[in-house]
Amino acid sequence: MTHYSAFSVFRHALRGNKTWGRAWRDPEPKASYDVVIVGGGGHGLATAYYLAKEHGITNVAVIEKGWLGGGNTGRNTTIVRSNYMMPGNTMFYERSMKLWENLSQDLNYNVMISQRGQYNLCHSPGQMDAARRRGNVMRANGIDAELFDRAEVRRRLPYLDYTENARFPIHGAIYQSRAGTARHDAVAWGFARGADRRGVDILQQREVTGYLWEGGRIVGVQTNRGDIRAGKVGLCVAGHSGHLARMAGLRLPIETHSLQAFVTEPYKPLVDTVISFGAAHFYISQSDKGGLVLGGDLDMYNSYAQRGGLPIVEHTLASAKALMPSVSRLKLLRHWAGVMDMSMDGSPFIAKTPVDGLYLNGGWCYGGFKATPASGWCFAHTIARDAPHADNAEFTLNRFERGYQIDEKGMGPKPNAH
Amino acid sequence: MSTRLATSGRLIDRSKQVAFTFNGKRFTGHAGDTLASALLANDQMLMGRSFKYHRPRGVVASGAEEPNALVNLGEGVTHEPNARATTTELFEGLKATSQNHWPSLEFDVGAINQKFARFLPAGFYYKMFIHPRPFWKHIYEPFIRHSAGLGKAPDAETRDPDTYEHFYAHVDVLVVGGGVAGLQAALTAGQSGLKVLLIEQTAFWGGRTPVDGGEIDGKSAEDWITEAVAALEVMPNVTLRTRCMGSGVYDHGYVLGYERLTDHAPEADGPRHRLWRIRTKQVVTATGAIERPLSFSGNDIPGVMLASAVRDYVVDYGVSIGDRTVVVTNNDDAYRTALTLKKAGLSVPAILDVRVHVHAPPLVAEAKAAGIRVLEGMGIAKVVGGQRVKGVAVCSQAGEGAMVEEIACDCVAMSGGWSPVVHLWSHCGGKLLWDEEHAFFRPDASRAPTGADGLPFVTTAGTANGHLHLNDALQDAHSAGKIALERAGGKAEAGAVVPQAQGPDEAAMTPVWLMPQGAGYELKMKAWLDYQNDVKVSDVQLAAREGYESVEHTKRYTTLGMATDQGKLSNINGLATLSNALGEAIPQVGTTTFRPPYTPISMGAIAGEARGEIFQPIRKTPIHAWHEKNGAAFEPVGHWRRPYCFPKDGESKHDAVMREVKNTRESLGLLDASTLGKIIVKGPDAGRFLDMMYTNMMSTLKPGKCRYGLMCSENGFLMDDGVVARIDEDTFLCHTTTGGAEHIHGHMEDWLQCEWWDWKVYTANVTEEYAQIAVVGPHARDLLEALGGMDVSKDALAFMEWKDGELAGIPARAYRISFSGELSYEIAVPASFGQAFWDLCMQVGAQWNITPYGTECLHIMRAEKGFIMIGDETDGTVIPQDLGLNWAISKKKEDFLGKRAQERSHMTDPTRWKLVGLLTEDKSVLPDGAYAIKDGRNANNQRNTQGRVTSTYHSPMLERGIAMGLVLDGPERMGEIIHFMKDDGETLVAAKIVSPVFYDPEGEKQNV
Repeated sequence: MTHYSAFSVFRHALRGNKTWGRAWRDPEPKASYDVVIVGGGGHGLATAYYLAKEHGITNVAVIEKGWLGGGNTGRNTTIVRSNYMMPGNTMFYERSMKLWENLSQDLNYNVMISQRGQYNLCHSPGQMDAARRRGNVMRANGIDAELFDRAEVRRRLPYLDYTENARFPIHGAIYQSRAGTARHDAVAWGFARGADRRGVDILQQREVTGYLWEGGRIVGVQTNRGDIRAGKVGLCVAGHSGHLARMAGLRLPIETHSLQAFVTEPYKPLVDTVISFGAAHFYISQSDKGGLVLGGDLDMYNSYAQRGGLPIVEHTLASAKALMPSVSRLKLLRHWAGVMDMSMDGSPFIAKTPVDGLYLNGGWCYGGFKATPASGWCFAHTIARDAPHADNAEFTLNRFERGYQIDEKGMGPKPNAH
Repeated sequence: MSTRLATSGRLIDRSKQVAFTFNGKRFTGHAGDTLASALLANDQMLMGRSFKYHRPRGVVASGAEEPNALVNLGEGVTHEPNARATTTELFEGLKATSQNHWPSLEFDVGAINQKFARFLPAGFYYKMFIHPRPFWKHIYEPFIRHSAGLGKAPDAETRDPDTYEHFYAHVDVLVVGGGVAGLQAALTAGQSGLKVLLIEQTAFWGGRTPVDGGEIDGKSAEDWITEAVAALEVMPNVTLRTRCMGSGVYDHGYVLGYERLTDHAPEADGPRHRLWRIRTKQVVTATGAIERPLSFSGNDIPGVMLASAVRDYVVDYGVSIGDRTVVVTNNDDAYRTALTLKKAGLSVPAILDVRVHVHAPPLVAEAKAAGIRVLEGMGIAKVVGGQRVKGVAVCSQAGEGAMVEEIACDCVAMSGGWSPVVHLWSHCGGKLLWDEEHAFFRPDASRAPTGADGLPFVTTAGTANGHLHLNDALQDAHSAGKIALERAGGKAEAGAVVPQAQGPDEAAMTPVWLMPQGAGYELKMKAWLDYQNDVKVSDVQLAAREGYESVEHTKRYTTLGMATDQGKLSNINGLATLSNALGEAIPQVGTTTFRPPYTPISMGAIAGEARGEIFQPIRKTPIHAWHEKNGAAFEPVGHWRRPYCFPKDGESKHDAVMREVKNTRESLGLLDASTLGKIIVKGPDAGRFLDMMYTNMMSTLKPGKCRYGLMCSENGFLMDDGVVARIDEDTFLCHTTTGGAEHIHGHMEDWLQCEWWDWKVYTANVTEEYAQIAVVGPHARDLLEALGGMDVSKDALAFMEWKDGELAGIPARAYRISFSGELSYEIAVPASFGQAFWDLCMQVGAQWNITPYGTECLHIMRAEKGFIMIGDETDGTVIPQDLGLNWAISKKKEDFLGKRAQERSHMTDPTRWKLVGLLTEDKSVLPDGAYAIKDGRNANNQRNTQGRVTSTYHSPMLERGIAMGLVLDGPERMGEIIHFMKDDGETLVAAKIVSPVFYDPEGEKQNV
């Protein structure tokens, strides 16, 4: 398989770009694998990649009912950050950030990790206090964080509304300079190609319809195109976690909600960073292609439909205009939704399940994309060693039994918290 | 050259000249022109540059599907980037500039990219720019970001001077599209008497039909349209709107309309755009069809246009694109263009028809009879020219592109067939089927979008339903109108006569996805699919070769269809190219998802009135105006603005706060506490209900008494607190925090509606019904007595009691409660009396030097007393037991929300951090949010922690810093000194662990 580089691009171009091979194979499935990962999104593909790379387990299949990267991986707002403060989260997301920083080189695929920083705006003295605390925890954990006052935010982001009568006056911001964005599709494709190179079979257009059982243990999956046996089965199916778990007789502390995203027409550079407008639950960045990428809150009703309703469209665009009045005459190009696996405390699960042979990766809420590399890395570790890594040790299913909610938002855990 | 013809132009008024500028150059057009037609009339063919290769771009279409002719419109505060010239109506003084080039439109350095096109194929950036690692961030990406984007971003200071509004419409049948099909569907539906709304995105009715010709009921199409509109206008149940686009169809019959009110007349009064939020029982999409380009080498050179657009510019605007136009087609419709041009006196050197006709169909025969040379089985090998078309190399469609002859021309009119506009049909789940005969997707009526009742709520009509022939479209539109009105509960008018149309029959088209079909790499590299994003046939084939086989992968890998036109011209051609490369049938490959809006809509329109200060309403207490007048420094609390303090002239905020505390503690203070949530809970089961909501026992509370209560979530975490007063046997009034009123009310209703729906309890949020004013300090009772009307003596109104009565003649409810440790009353008066009561307190209280105080003083006084504050001491992870509030948790109750949760192992873990007071050794104020360090280091080699600061203030009474915090084993470590890390991550501050009650620990001050 071709190694990607400027040189290879040049070499193939001279041959009319006709000699490029497939980025990943389209294999016939084997009858049996050591590990079957259900879900060919970023998390599933990353899990397969790290199983092969870190643990030498290459007899792996990733089964995807549609096209790889077509779920939330391909429909999020591409933000990458590690500004977490709850024990259980901090080290995990920081591992993710560190993996992101070298991911293009590791995968030999440019995932366009773009560390242009992320600002969480504060709109009251109370929010500034909370931001100060968050910064302290982050720094205590070796994560970069800076607290800016209003004047510094204004110097850096002159296009926000600083008028005296702004509805949510900007008091300051907490900033993570290593945060930013990555090209979401490229993450799926890069992991797919990397996993495929190490022998992983990626099976698209194949839907898991049930499990194979032996003596109370799951020993494979049934699909719409035949059964596949597996030593272990891992679920990475985000908004469909509840559905796939139910087939195994499990009821998860996860609800499915739709979350919308928005992109404008492409413009010359305007926003060179990521900005979160906490007062109105809104965030904005600008893609390398020039589109402003906007996100908002959940639609607040349970749904599997990958589309949302008007109230959030209106709320999000009004937030954009309130925060950045100059966008008024810019135009919305497209909006869509993904279905989120909202856990009861806003934090995920990477754990063995009570069912023998079945492993769960889910409950990502809004935050799945940024977690992709660490999620795969930790899930691979959990599957390979049958025990969690220290970084995902708290992402268990029984934490609710113990009362160990990992509630990052600080509003009390509930299914639509993050 | 492109120019204005001496005659024709049904949409323009030749008597009215309109002056405008393009790139600073002055031009003149006519009223009724679009910016595109006016530029073309002035031989301005070049209008922009493409995204990636900066190829010269001219207009290719005549409507919403235009991918090329995008301009910056206006300047300064009215600057609008990426405006489509084809849908921009010309007005006097219009200023447009072209985009995405440097230094000029004609000479663009970026065009060098096309020389390297071979080295910049689809997805090249995923393969390059990997090493060396820092180069991506510092060199490659900044360069790409700078090169990307099209229109100029607005300046930071730009404030849109225009207004926008929302309009709510409720109708039975919404018809989208005002062509003949839309008009007919609206007529059919309107005749039933149902409420009908018909919207059309352009400024005129009739769609393409007046250009395409044909007769309806023996009349010219134009006459029929005029009569149909007149008939609709007199129907009282029908509303018509032009310049109003159907933007998106959402669940449950919700449709968004986008009306552009003053874009064509910027001087006019009123809002610029209006967003129609339409609730309809049924939608009819009569959205027409869009012509497809053909994929041949050089099909992007300015002067190559859709055949229908060439025709539109002649008929609608009296503009000819070129003197010599070669028509290239795979269908009969493009012959209309040739005939139109011929009739206008222009030259058509040849029609290249990829088909071979045994018997010439009527339009072909007519063209031949008109003396036009028809070359059958022929196509274009490549277009000759750079910034303008100079000629075409003709070849056999069946071959590899060997030139048969070269024909000099300055315009190429191409037609690859038509694609119905299925966007609105598809937005909400409507499915498509592939029509082999016409090679297009059309709506599958058996799989329509369904509403909440599971029944279809969208019907499609006319060309949008795949009926290209005028009469078929009319009949279909009538039937769609009938289906819609019947589904909407109406009754079709009996014996309605459907108009009959006459027009020439057309022969079958032949799908052509590549021209010539055996084109090699060099030709395919110049055969454009997506003009704006520079995606060519070769790019799609590369994507397929590399395994990006899903249509979504191809789209995302090549950026096909991701431009501002969202693939209106390119998607079907790209899809067919992909399916050919994969050897699969087109319907197997499928389409990408159609998403709203149909064309981009302004963010201003969506935001509507929600802008600036009124983005979300600010909540104000009845005394807000007084606070403003008296110099309050405000802070946002929830959606309220509350006075933080009241600085006097020249006084700092800090000094003001200190003064307010001292004055209140030593004499008398006044707080506007109206923002506190007030929820009435009433009914025979109210006590039982509150016993579940609060950790305390509320059902035993006697009428006339108050009790401080804690509210926990199901997970045991403390979510709110406040004083509950029992008004009578059946009625309680629950005070919540300022920020908590709405969500606590929601929380109560959640449990009542979902779990205890059979309990007889009613709740009402009455927060804004009352102004609530805290009278606080040693002279509090003196003030109330001076106001007179109510016995507020120690015995008549004991601590934690309330009573109704009058104060200074104002109906009042007095609660004797205290959040400061002082003698304190909270007086609730009807909101309308709030200001009057406040004024009286200020006047009468002057003798005790009464001072209004703000939230910071409130915070300091409560912290001096060790009272917790929701949001400071709590963060969603804290349980009452952490805060030493066990006394407020009933041991007698069988159950309450959070009880079971608080018994879980992590909740009872003895190592949970607990609330203590903290006093710095140097009397300084501890930094907020600071952490106490502990021996040892974590996995990241950072210091371990053992506690954190939750509240920290300078106490003017103690003249030192005081703080509260959560500390490991805190209550057992009284007197111990621990160290807190400052923000700099280095400096440590030593603090002693003490009781959190710093001031008046015996509570003597309020016990008077």
